[in-house]
Formats: sequence, structure tokens, C-alpha cells
Amino acid sequence: MATPVMDTNTTPTVQKLTIGKSLNLGLRAAMEADPKVIVMGEDVGKLGGVFRITDGLQKDFGEHRVLDTPLSESGIVGTAVGLAVRGFRPVCEIQFDGFIFPAFDQIVSQVAKLRTRTQGRVNVPIVIRVPYGGGIGAVEHHSESPESYFAHTAGLRVVTCSNAVDAYWMIQQAIQCDDPVLFFEPKRLYHSGNLKADVDTTATPEPLFQSRTVRQGTTATIATYGPSVKVCLDAATAAEEEGKTLEVIDLRTLSPLDLGPVYESVRRTGRLVVVTEAPSESSLSSEIAAKVQQECFYSLEAPVIRVTGFDVPYPPAKLEEHFLPDLDRVLDAVDRSLAW
Amino acid sequence: MARATDTRVGLYRTVRLIRRFEQRAVDLVDTGDIVGGIHPYTGQEAIAAGVCAALRDDDVITSTHRGHGHVLAKGADPARVLAELAGRDTGLNRGRGGSMHAADFAMGILGANAIVGANAPITVGAAWAARHSGSDRVAVSFFGDGAVNQGVLLESLNLAALWRLPVLFVCENNGYATTLPVGEAVAGTITGRGEAFGIPSVTVDGADPVAVLTAARTAVRRARAGDGPSLIECLAYRFDAHHTWEHRARMRYRSDEEVHSGRLRDPVTIQGARLADAERERVDAEVESTLDEAVAFALAGPHPDPGGALDHLYASGLRPRQGGDH
Ligand SMILES: Cc1ncc(C[n+]2csc(CCOP(=O)(O)OP(=O)(O)O)c2C)c(N)n1
Ligand SMILES: [Mg+2]
Repeated sequence: MATPVMDTNTTPTVQKLTIGKSLNLGLRAAMEADPKVIVMGEDVGKLGGVFRITDGLQKDFGEHRVLDTPLSESGIVGTAVGLAVRGFRPVCEIQFDGFIFPAFDQIVSQVAKLRTRTQGRVNVPIVIRVPYGGGIGAVEHHSESPESYFAHTAGLRVVTCSNAVDAYWMIQQAIQCDDPVLFFEPKRLYHSGNLKADVDTTATPEPLFQSRTVRQGTTATIATYGPSVKVCLDAATAAEEEGKTLEVIDLRTLSPLDLGPVYESVRRTGRLVVVTEAPSESSLSSEIAAKVQQECFYSLEAPVIRVTGFDVPYPPAKLEEHFLPDLDRVLDAVDRSLAW
Repeated sequence: MARATDTRVGLYRTVRLIRRFEQRAVDLVDTGDIVGGIHPYTGQEAIAAGVCAALRDDDVITSTHRGHGHVLAKGADPARVLAELAGRDTGLNRGRGGSMHAADFAMGILGANAIVGANAPITVGAAWAARHSGSDRVAVSFFGDGAVNQGVLLESLNLAALWRLPVLFVCENNGYATTLPVGEAVAGTITGRGEAFGIPSVTVDGADPVAVLTAARTAVRRARAGDGPSLIECLAYRFDAHHTWEHRARMRYRSDEEVHSGRLRDPVTIQGARLADAERERVDAEVESTLDEAVAFALAGPHPDPGGALDHLYASGLRPRQGGDH
């Protein structure tokens, strides 16, 4: 990928950043590198977004590149399609996960299909950024994990970041991708000081559409993504005290899935736990379980176990702790796998 | 408390109740008893009061993310609304709906709705049901200036006009959708959207309950007579934050001077001035004791049992799926 232009005189190349700040700088770098990149969405300009991910971009790049749109999700994404097929690279912000559905028609019927429909004569290089997931004590529509709907739709790419380094690079790579990318951002981790990490803006990033083993182990494999990566890493640390080593894989790309490292790991451990906030029925976790049993049938010592949100509408804030996979539920699943 | 009534005192009681309800709800957000915050209706009370005072008990309304005022004005029990906000099993929706989804079908409250614009077609359907069951009930859709830019709202205007349905489209133009000023979001005018579909559309002073009541009465009469929908744009000012998180994250999209002058036209003061001091004080005291009881009721309620999460997914009690750990 093209290295984003950074003013090395004023900006250190290694900075300690939150995920939110990394996304902000990644967007900035992408806008500097390509004048065709424009940012659009509700309250993204003057305010800088309700989560402040686009903070300062309108001030620095102008109102023609950072558009405050009316409240009009279908209009936002549809407009982005028109921009994209005429040479722009729009980055749309959906304010919260639960507000993507008014745009669902444009995403599924237009964004996903246009390239095939025109037999490759046009690309639709749109990025749709979606803050997703729970754990912020919010009301309905503000805590959902709708990624499986989009992973289910051929023609879309779906990725999600779990840490600051990935946030910085993945958003730029998604913008450079010639296909439409749904970019899911773990909102509860946006401003987490504990997750601040050294981001080297001169490093060479790993490819976008690859999963990554973030912790090695031999007892069992855990496949997860987004906000649940931290939960699983914490579980792995706790498991170590009991003499178990868990291999944790951050999937990063949800469509296409990159399950090679998962297969390889499961062939060694014989056990797989899949952890997602999204409910399990007909979901990404179902898909992963199906593929792993097909590819690793003779290596599995236990059925694939899934730890997920429950198959109910996202619960009210005071009950969400029961819904969200946590350390205990992950460890319990590992024990059940081992006891099989 | 019952539905807003159209007397001098009745209108005052409702605007005062909503004002103090919201202020006490904000207190409960601050103490952590209401989790997730609220969108305070403060400053817009005259709209809910004026419209609901023009209705009958058997008329129906749908509402928005900023819906406490509508629900109270239509006659929902403040104690059960507050318990809903606090996520208690004693709330209107047994704590499962929360601030943005209060519903009370017995009171004709078909639901507040957090998806901006989504309530409008539901109102159209309810109006269709009323018309085709031979009743002269009307259906009211409350929505904000932000909602008029959603396609679904325009679809709803068309359907209601096409089928001459008894709908009141009540737009509360408080100047902003979150932080975006209406002037930077709406091409043309809000009443122009109604007029384009042949819907009689007026703009009224949304700070004065009597002005709203007068316009609502005309629209209700038209609807009951079978002459179709109306649109009322109510000009108002949101006194408080878009949402209570704004109390912590100051956002500076409105100048202090603007907020100050916006608050000068206060519906509670405007209607209060129409009452004698003694009369007003008596209502204030009544409202306060109602709310004291409401707060006590709300905080005494148990939290919902997470074990009941699957109880109401399907009419038959079907539980074909559960997710979780398996
Ligand atoms: C479909 C949808 N998109 C985005 C949001 C997030 N949101 C909540 S309220 C709001 C602004 C609504 O403005 P308006 O309709 O004027 O109502 P007001 O808040 O001023 O009462 C937005 C963007 C939402 N609730 N629903
Ligand atoms: Mg508004």
C-alpha cells in the first residue's frame, strides 16, 4: 500500500494511542494520501462525530471533504454509491450499529451487487464505518452486533479491529480497497486508556484480509474478533494460572473469513471455542463452526463450542452483563471442551 | 394522572408535570438509577400537552426517542413511566423498553420509537385500522425536524394523503437534529413537505399550549370527518441537552446566548401566567407529590429477571433458539 504522507518534522512516528485516536489518525492519513477520499455522516463534521472519531477532519480538510449529512441513512449510503462509481472513495459513518438498517437496502441491493451486475466494469470502493457492540450501558439500538447480516451478503467485505495498531492501518487499507468494506469498530474500547498502544506510522502493516494469532497455546483454540478479543486474552491469562494455555486468534476479517490459522491451530489443539457478542443463530459463529468441522473433522476432540450473545433483542443496560460473553463464560466453555 | 385536558388548568398541569418529570428523571440519571441516559423533552412540553388535549382517550399516538412528554400527556402513569426509565420490572414495558420505547396500549400509546422516522408509517397503519373498523379515532405521529429528511417519513405522508387517513403529523421543530441545525439539513420547508402531498400544513408557536391546541383541534376535526391527514409544524426550543451524555461532553453547537434566548419562551411560564398564583401553586404541589410517589415507586421496583429473556419472543411461547453457551 502507499505510505501515507506524514509530516515527520512535527509528528513523531511512534505514538501511544487509543483505538479511537488511531482511527482518527488513520482517516487523516488516508485523506492526506488521496484527495478522492471523503467522509460523510451524521454529526461527523463540525462535532467530529458523536464518538469524536472524525474530530478535526472538517476543520483541516474542509466542508467539501467532510460532509455533515441530514439524518438520512439510506440517502447517505446511496449517495456514496454514486460518488464511488464516479471516482470517489466515500467513508460513511453510521452513528450507531442499530441505525444501519434504514441503509440496509442500499447496502445489500446496490453496494454489494453493482460490481457483479456490471460484470466488473465499475468498482464500489465505499467504506461504511459502524461503531458496534455493547458494554457501554446504552439504550436499545446502541449496542448491537449486526455483522453477520453483512457477512452473509456476497459482494461485501467485512472487517473489524480490536486494537490501536490495527485501527490505524486497517481503516486506511479498507479505504484503499477497491471493494465495499463494512468496517466494524468496537465502540466500548474506543477511548480505553488501558488499550493505548504504540502505533508506528512508518511500519509496514500486515495485509487487511488476514486473521492473526494473538496468543499462542496448546490446550484449546479460541477464535474471536473485535471487542471480544480482549475478553479472550484476559481469559487466556487466567487459564494459564490453572496450567492451560489457550491459543487466541483475532479473526480481523469476517468476510472473506481467513480460517487458515484456525484450522492449523485446531489440528494441534483438537478443540475450538468461538466467542462473539453477536447471537449465534445462523451467524458468523455458525459459519466458523461448520467450516472447522469440515476441515478439521479428524482432529477435533470435542464439538466446536460457541460462547455468544443470547438469541434475544439486545437487553436493557442493567441486564447486559448477562448477555455479553465474559471471562467466566469463556473459561467455562474451555472446561466443557476439555471434559468432552 | 390522566390525559391532558384542554382547560387552562389542565394544560398547565400537563406542561408542569412533564417539566418536573424530566428534571427529576435527569436527577436519576445523575445518581445512576437510570442507566443509559435520556433525551429530555424540556422546553417542548406545550406540544405534547396541546395535541393530547385535543384527543380522546381512544385516539392513538406514536412517539420518538424524546418521548416522555407525549406518553405522559396521553395519560400514562408517571410512576410506571419512571420505573420503565429505571429499567424496573414495574415499568410500562417491564423495564425492557427503556426511555425511548415506552408503550401503553391501554392508553392508546402505541410506542415511543428510537429509530428516527420509524413511527410515522406505524401511525398510518393504525389510522387505516381505525378507518376500516368504522371508528372515527385519529392517530398522531410525533416526530422531530431531523425525521423529515428520512425517506420513510415522506412515504408515510404520501400513504396517509393517498388513502385520506385520519392522521396528525406533528413535527416538533426544535432547531436541531442532535447538533445539526435545521437550516443546514432541510431543503425547502417542513410544511412544504406536507403541501407537496396535498396535506393541509400549518406552522404554530410550539411554546404556547393554546396555540398548539387550536391547531390540533382543527386537524382532529378534519380527520374525524374523513377529510384526511394534517401536518402541524410546532416551533420550539430544546432547553436541555440532546441527550444527557451531553451534560458531561460539552459539545458547543449552540452559543450560550442562543440557549439563553431560546429559554425565554418557556411553555410552563406562558401557560402558568394564565393561572392565578394560588391556582398555580396548588397544581405545582399536586404535581410534586405525584412525582414524589412516582420516584419512590420507580426505585422500589425489582429489576427484571434475566431468566425471563426468552419469555416473549413468540406468541406461542416458542423457544427454538437460545444462543449463549453451547
Ligand atoms: C435512524 C436513526 N438514525 C440516527 C439516530 C441517532 N439519533 C438519535 S436522535 C437524532 C436526532 C433527531 O433529531 P430530531 O428528529 O430533530 O429530534 P430531536 O432530537 O431534535 O428531538 C439522531 C441522529 C436514530 N435514533 N435513528
Ligand atoms: Mg430536532
